[in-house]
Amino acid sequence: MIPVQTKKWQGALYSALVVLLTWWLVAWLAGLPIIPSPVAVFHNIIDIFRPRMEIHVWYSLLRISAGIVISLLIGVPLGFLMGYFDRVDRLFSPLVYFTYPVPKLALLPVVMLIFGLGESSKLIMIVLIVIFQIIISARDAVKGIPQEIYRSLQSLGASRFQMLKEIIIPASASEVLTSTRLALGTAISILFFTETFGTEYGMGYFIMDSWMRVNYLDMYAGIVVLSFMGFCLFTVIDLIENRLSSWR
Amino acid sequence: MISIKDLSVKYQSNLGETLALDKINIDIASGDIYTFIGPSGCGKSTLLYVLSGILTEYGGTVTINGRAVDPRTQRIGLILQNYGLLPWKNVYQNTMLGLRIKHDRTDLDDYSRYILNELGIADLLQRYPRELSGGQQQRVAIARAFIMKPDLLLMDEPFSALDAITREEMQALFLDIWQRHSVTTIFITHSVDEALYLGRKIVVLSDAPGRIMEVVDNPCFQLDNLRFRDEYYAMSVRLRNILNKG
Repeated sequence: MIPVQTKKWQGALYSALVVLLTWWLVAWLAGLPIIPSPVAVFHNIIDIFRPRMEIHVWYSLLRISAGIVISLLIGVPLGFLMGYFDRVDRLFSPLVYFTYPVPKLALLPVVMLIFGLGESSKLIMIVLIVIFQIIISARDAVKGIPQEIYRSLQSLGASRFQMLKEIIIPASASEVLTSTRLALGTAISILFFTETFGTEYGMGYFIMDSWMRVNYLDMYAGIVVLSFMGFCLFTVIDLIENRLSSWR
Repeated sequence: MISIKDLSVKYQSNLGETLALDKINIDIASGDIYTFIGPSGCGKSTLLYVLSGILTEYGGTVTINGRAVDPRTQRIGLILQNYGLLPWKNVYQNTMLGLRIKHDRTDLDDYSRYILNELGIADLLQRYPRELSGGQQQRVAIARAFIMKPDLLLMDEPFSALDAITREEMQALFLDIWQRHSVTTIFITHSVDEALYLGRKIVVLSDAPGRIMEVVDNPCFQLDNLRFRDEYYAMSVRLRNILNKG
């Protein structure tokens, strides 16, 4: 386990170095104020993080975490039901397939009209993005459990609840987390977009506001911090998944 | 006692109804061990699914100690060819699964420790199934069944996925443990050798739909060095003849 983890960290460090070097090179070659050097940007992050940026990070982090938790709370049980009961699947699958490809960003004006400019419309947008992947992966994970796995529990007289606890949840946990991780990237970009409207908090607001004020140092600081936030979320999901699927 | 009267099972398939088992009648005394042998697709596994309460739609009556089959009230140990272990549970959790489902205490008491030692898996408790060999996985499945002290033990070709040497080892080990606990056992196999080695009585089933062709008393049961004896040879010729007729 330890060498694999170390390798992962080495990989992360290596890619960070490559990105920073490229950035620095481009900044040096271009010599324009719109591409400041990474050194200046990191310096700026240190200066402004506590006084001006921290609150925005918290807002974004809370929105995205709440969005993911709500999506899991609705999507996983629905996916389980669809995977376990063919009738539920026949009822909901067409609905899911029909709504899944709808570009969710196009729904933003509608959602905002109905739910206002506040927090709920931002959460709804994130949930709309993340939930479909979770529903489908939960369903497929349950469908993929071989019938024989159920047999020994059935012969022990296990209740439906015990089947859920002993078989369905552990068998599908890692697939569900994988799909959450996949959806996370899209969710962060949607979060950014929704935060440019109707709020004065959040990394989206911070970045767009800096841009409007032609403060490129702040803007880049915001972008770097937002990326780092995404990296941390990915890592958290990775760690949970490693723990849950040590049996694989 | 297991009592099976006029058991018939039909399957719904795309081609219409298929009869899997046709009027099975047999009584099995408590503490006895019967091997069921028959060609592939003769409904052997179907019979076990009925007895384990997995399949509930059938004709006729099946009772265990006078009561209808109900896995919630009876203790039924089912051991399958693919071992039926849960890959996300380690050996300890897998062996305790029966007790857990039955809401018994799940700490290692003397009896479970004894069974785990007998089966030689007491040192593997923290391992996951994928880290075990086929023989070890089957030992875990057997431990799980014995630890919950079953009323009835059902075995569906449990050793057929093992290599020949491990298979004979496991047969001997199983018989050894069985003799000390005498659980009523139905053992399904497609191997004449296994049927002779493990069955006090041997039930020969016909090709689909499964019918009982003959119930044979097995004089070879529990003989020492069975496989080198004339009785073994004579019985296997007899069994093969019955099977060929079907």
